[in-house]
Amino acid sequence: MSVLSEPATKPRPEDQVSPLMSVKLAHSSLPSQSPPSIDPVPKRLVVDAQDISLTFETADGRVDALSHVSLQVAEGEFVSFIGPSGCGKTTMLRVIADLQQPSSGSLSVNGMSAENARLGRSYGYVFQAPALFPWRTIEKNLKLPLEIMGFSEAEQQQRVEHYLSLVNLTGFERKFPWQLSGGMQQRVSIARALSFDPAMLLMDEPFGALDEIVRDHLNEQLLQLWKSTEKTVLFVTHSIPEAVFLSTKIVVMSPRPGRIIDIIDCNFPKDRSLEIRETPEFLKIAQRVRTGLRAGHSYDE
Amino acid sequence: MTSSSLALPLRAPRSLARHPLVERYAPVVTMVLALMVIWYIAAVAMNWNLVRDGFEREETPYTVSDVLSGTMSAERPLLPAPHQIVSTFVDSVFGYPPLAPRSLVYHSLVTLSATLIGFALGAVFGTLLALMIVHSRVLERSLLPWIICSQMVPIVALAPIFIVVLGAIGLTGLLPKSLISAYLCFFPITIGMVKGFTSPDPLQLELMQTWSATPRQVLWKLRWPSAVPYLFASLKVAITISLIGAIVAELPTGAEAGIGARLLAGSYYGQTIQLWAALVAAAVLSSGLIGIVSLIERGVNSRMGAH
Repeated sequence: MSVLSEPATKPRPEDQVSPLMSVKLAHSSLPSQSPPSIDPVPKRLVVDAQDISLTFETADGRVDALSHVSLQVAEGEFVSFIGPSGCGKTTMLRVIADLQQPSSGSLSVNGMSAENARLGRSYGYVFQAPALFPWRTIEKNLKLPLEIMGFSEAEQQQRVEHYLSLVNLTGFERKFPWQLSGGMQQRVSIARALSFDPAMLLMDEPFGALDEIVRDHLNEQLLQLWKSTEKTVLFVTHSIPEAVFLSTKIVVMSPRPGRIIDIIDCNFPKDRSLEIRETPEFLKIAQRVRTGLRAGHSYDE
Repeated sequence: MTSSSLALPLRAPRSLARHPLVERYAPVVTMVLALMVIWYIAAVAMNWNLVRDGFEREETPYTVSDVLSGTMSAERPLLPAPHQIVSTFVDSVFGYPPLAPRSLVYHSLVTLSATLIGFALGAVFGTLLALMIVHSRVLERSLLPWIICSQMVPIVALAPIFIVVLGAIGLTGLLPKSLISAYLCFFPITIGMVKGFTSPDPLQLELMQTWSATPRQVLWKLRWPSAVPYLFASLKVAITISLIGAIVAELPTGAEAGIGARLLAGSYYGQTIQLWAALVAAAVLSSGLIGIVSLIERGVNSRMGAH
């Protein structure tokens, strides 16, 4: 995994704020013993959701997709949403992305309304399927958002090279999507979401359709990517180990109505490896997630 | 000359049947041969009375083989034999200078020009209609019924009206023919392109939304490329229909030139062989046009990463 440093040309409005990642944790340090990370400057809130509800009418009656959900995400956090189907985790992500509008509640994304955040291209969205455009080469797929946003030809080329190397796909520029494996395609779609340097990365079960081995590998890569880009990541998943491994914060949700059961802080060292999944600390947090899911009657069916 | 010659007949038919050329063309050749046989039998049967009556009218003695050979070479047979059609076709294609009024090439070119102009008009008009329908629910509801209605009236009935009305405002010749041809061929293009423009994956549309793409960008970067397979399927249907439209348009006008004019003249004067030769010309023309569309399609597909 080649993790490049950010190019100097990249505008970084976040730079004025104290970088969240400045606290470097020793590899051996455990979450309970992590050094006190008291930031002198309060972190900027990237997502501030207050009392969000979303109901919609279906043929079977009213569905409460989200019920009084409040959530705050600070800059640079990696937040996972976990819960069974129908708990509203994807809906929450779509509401933040302004792909769906809440029925009530207030929501600010990147300091503005969700719609303005979308219009201002504040986030890159990764779906469960790579959704690459089959008639475009990998290079052209990466250029698509850049073309739409009016980047110069030279800038586009530079970004394609940078972000393809970031997801370890240099050399695949001229291939068409069907010539790549599912995992590689998903990496392209992650590179595409990052290519225009948004403040946030929203990921809706990005590895859900991949097998366990590829998934483990991509989890490690995503962690590296997060560490090197310092993006705020909102990540929807079904998998407890995935959530615990990746996140700084785990949001446990429950269905009918869709609501937040528990928010768990999870501060493993930033350069953790997959082996951490065998440590007692890891299992303790996984256990707490499972308890939360049970409390929300997620295992009832 | 012992073991090898014995082995050969055992192996030869098998390898011959597996030969790629044989595998590819044998079914086609077999079908053509079968059709030829049926056609010859039908020609004999249909022309038999005609030829026999001819002999009897002239009170010349005749044998069965005289009648048989007569059915194969009658001047105005009910059903001309394939070789008669082929020789007339070859004769009227290569026997005259290409622009002579007796040359089939000349007539084909006249029809072809109307076809191509009509096809171009129909393709543009059909695509524009599809765009309007895709972008507006109101237009979909107001236009679609009329578009469907337009195809329920037989073109043979409409063509004379078109010609008369357009003639009254001074439009004659190529343009009315092209318009009739366009009128017929826009329909499959509209239907195909509506399907094509709405074919993008919901995820792809949402991605465009997350990048806050303008409707124009969504059209050019997503809807158009997604519609290309549908476009070519429609174009193939449309180009044959526009040829038929051009030929039909030549019938009521009493045009002096064009495949339609040849068909009309052939049926007036009982020149069945000429009539069939004109039909063959139409068939050759339309397969050529489809061939060209398919070639372009293949080129476009390979540029768009088809596998």
